[in-house]
Amino acid sequence: MKILLKLVSIAGLILTILPSIGVFYEVISQEENKYFMLIGTLIWFGPKIIFKAK
Amino acid sequence: MIAVSATAIGIPFNIPLAKLTDWLPSGLPWIIIVVLVGAVTTFVATLGYDKVEKFSTIAAPWMILVFLAAAIAVLPELGVKNWGDFFQVAQDKIWTGKPLDGQSKFTFWHILFFAWFCNMAMHIGMADLSILRYAKKWTAGFASAGGMYVGHYIAWLASGILYALFLQQSNENLEFAPGPVAYSAAGITGALCVIIAGWTTANPTIYRAGLALQAIMPKAKTWKITLIVGSITTLAACFPALVMQLLDFVALYGLILMPMGAIIFIDYWLFPRIGLQSNLAAVKNLTFNVAALITWLGSLLACYLIAKTTGLEIFFLGLPGWFLAALIYISSSYAYQKKWSK
Repeated sequence: MKILLKLVSIAGLILTILPSIGVFYEVISQEENKYFMLIGTLIWFGPKIIFKAK
Repeated sequence: MIAVSATAIGIPFNIPLAKLTDWLPSGLPWIIIVVLVGAVTTFVATLGYDKVEKFSTIAAPWMILVFLAAAIAVLPELGVKNWGDFFQVAQDKIWTGKPLDGQSKFTFWHILFFAWFCNMAMHIGMADLSILRYAKKWTAGFASAGGMYVGHYIAWLASGILYALFLQQSNENLEFAPGPVAYSAAGITGALCVIIAGWTTANPTIYRAGLALQAIMPKAKTWKITLIVGSITTLAACFPALVMQLLDFVALYGLILMPMGAIIFIDYWLFPRIGLQSNLAAVKNLTFNVAALITWLGSLLACYLIAKTTGLEIFFLGLPGWFLAALIYISSSYAYQKKWSK
């Protein structure tokens, strides 16, 4: 479970940075990037906070 | 940093923000938001350091990536279509070398010195010791250097890019708007990042200022001192005069504390090796160490004279000032401690 939570939170971190490179290469729009960053943020903090609380 | 967080919290309310040249608060909504942010920050600081430390540990890697992501994502809007364009655009549109009206021109050396010495009070002035004394390992001290590198180089590079776009799009608007700038580049995540960056910076600063003050008033309760420090900080954050002159302000208070850092360093590390008494005041049960006073006043006077005669800006003075303070403390201690060895 711990490993899974760690993998999920790392995926959140990747989702925070990777889409911006997509904007740079015009693969996605700036608006889509903002959504991805928000989802990445929630995925990063969610498991981390649950993990720390336990 | 309370004011920085407030600019992000004020986004949904569309409050008027202070301009770079303003001295007084922009209006009642600004004051209310700053007071609310200050109250929450101070309240959390009065609860202690543990919760802030845990949250900061989680937020740190995310914050760095949000800064980087926001900067990368806006590069095409500045005209960077491939990495090869970057340096040309950086020179023409981002770091143009042309200061805004009334602001001094920054060179590479300004940035370098300011990046390392803007928090001189904390690191060179050793105010950090109020927290680092609880460190479990000596390597905890590297956190200061790591924080400066990431916070004062990478985040500043990113904010330079973001602000260049803001100035370009807003036709050189002088508004102080870190929250709206981050929101426009990274959406809600950007605004959250500004709030969290402001909060996690202000919180330990209030807490350690409280701890430092408690050393003077040991009988006072930590939470009461923290509350007083937080209230003063919140009041100061309402006034743009202080926030907008932050560069000069932190350089000045850093310079004022810098000799204390030199005194602590020399007293602890060098004195036992050169036959002088460390912690003289504690050992001899003194309430006053004249050598420390001479060092403090002497090195500040020397820095003032250097600035006056050479025209050096204030944040260049910390480095030579530290060595001057060290020399003055060694020589004045030799003379002062003779009296005690007789």
